[in-house]
Amino acid sequence: MTALLETSDLTLAYHGRTVLSDVNLTLAPGEIVTIVGPNGSGKSSLIRALIGALSPAKGHVTRKPGLRIGYVPQSLAIDPSLPMTVARFLNLPRRIGSAQVAETLRQAGVPDLARHQMTALSGGQFQRVLLARALLGDPDILILDEATQGLDQPGTAQFYQQIETVKRQKGCAVLMVSHDLHVVMAASDRVLCLNGHVCCEGTPEIVASAPAYRALFGTGTQGALALYRHQHTHSHGPECDHTHEAAE
Amino acid sequence: MLDDFLVRAALAGLGVAVAVAPLGCFVVWRRMAYFGDATSHAALLGVALALAFDLPIFGGVLVIALAMALLLTLLTGKGVSGDSILGVLAHAALAFGLVAVSFLPGVRVDLMGYLVGDILAVSKPDLAVIWAGALAVLGLVAARWSALLSATLSPDMARAAGVDPQKEQFILTLALAITVAVAIKVVGALLIAALLIIPAAAARPLSRAPETMAAAAMIIGAASALGGLLVSFALDTPTGPTIVCIAAVIFALTRVVQAGRA
Repeated sequence: MTALLETSDLTLAYHGRTVLSDVNLTLAPGEIVTIVGPNGSGKSSLIRALIGALSPAKGHVTRKPGLRIGYVPQSLAIDPSLPMTVARFLNLPRRIGSAQVAETLRQAGVPDLARHQMTALSGGQFQRVLLARALLGDPDILILDEATQGLDQPGTAQFYQQIETVKRQKGCAVLMVSHDLHVVMAASDRVLCLNGHVCCEGTPEIVASAPAYRALFGTGTQGALALYRHQHTHSHGPECDHTHEAAE
Repeated sequence: MLDDFLVRAALAGLGVAVAVAPLGCFVVWRRMAYFGDATSHAALLGVALALAFDLPIFGGVLVIALAMALLLTLLTGKGVSGDSILGVLAHAALAFGLVAVSFLPGVRVDLMGYLVGDILAVSKPDLAVIWAGALAVLGLVAARWSALLSATLSPDMARAAGVDPQKEQFILTLALAITVAVAIKVVGALLIAALLIIPAAAARPLSRAPETMAAAAMIIGAASALGGLLVSFALDTPTGPTIVCIAAVIFALTRVVQAGRA
């Protein structure tokens, strides 16, 4: 089984400042991998490097030849001066038929929106339209960057159920960045915990009990609440053999 | 027919107004109004340069406008506050242009003509240059329409779909520079950005899709050019500003229509 995406010693920087160092990540077909980490831990930078929007400062990103990526951004601000129906939006940058528009909207769970204006959609509808767009072209991998930001709890839960349904039907791999740890972790094959570097990784159970993860997120269901009180002085368990210098 | 100066003026105005309307939509959607202003104000520096070195005005303006647009792209992409950089460069370009023109010997420089346009003095060669430039702008925007729209919506999403947003940005920059070079004769350096923005903004309330907005902007641009020419002839007012006035009145009307529907 060849990897869809692979990074080797990937280091990323903005304006000369290193935001993420030495990431070695391999994504196999059909896998669900979740990336967690506090704000500014390099999650979004990693995603942008994977889709090719950010060049590595060091190391490589290797994509399987002909890899099809479906990308769902964190949010999308459409200027009110730009009139855009859902159907037209889905026809960018390549024209697809109205049958395919209807099909992809159905898969994303919003079958009746084709003629609506993008700016008139609710938050949940909007994210599903972004999902519908990502599903066009039958992606090998869906990449979601905090796609439920701005949704309430039921909306978030429903969105992730939709992702699971899509994944079951299409068999694509899923890589997602999330704040909603308790919602996402259970469905993931693997969790990657970032904080300027890979703090720890493994199955949700292993990561949830890893000292590095607990130092970042606390324990139990209060984990998500500890997100913004992240300590830079946390210590690593024996399974982590790296230091913290690179992240600071 | 082309021997009549009014016919040449009408063709010049129509060509420019119609061709730049779709580009104007992108200027509105991407919030590049001040970017357009700064680029077109730099045109005067191009005029001074062309006259000083005895080069064609079109070439001088094209080079300076392109240089200015690229400089702006570079600076605003580097995390400097875009708003103040644009403000500084827009006015600095105008001031340096005015000073540079004053250094030129002789009284042959008609400053007013370059600031507010001189559409009634369009010659046959001018008309050829204007139409060639207008068709180039229209062609560029039409050919890259879908990619430009994608890049406008979200650079990252465009990238994931195989569109290079930086390339699309450059295409817009190039189209803008050509627009400035051909429109300076029609409405002048001060009002080129108005010709880009106002028809597009006036078309917004009438449109439900980007393509209809571009088409409506072309029609509004054409109506403004012809209407402005007729009104300026009847009232003996400067033609370039009159064209922009008509566009502004249409803008106000479509907003009123929109408010009435809401």
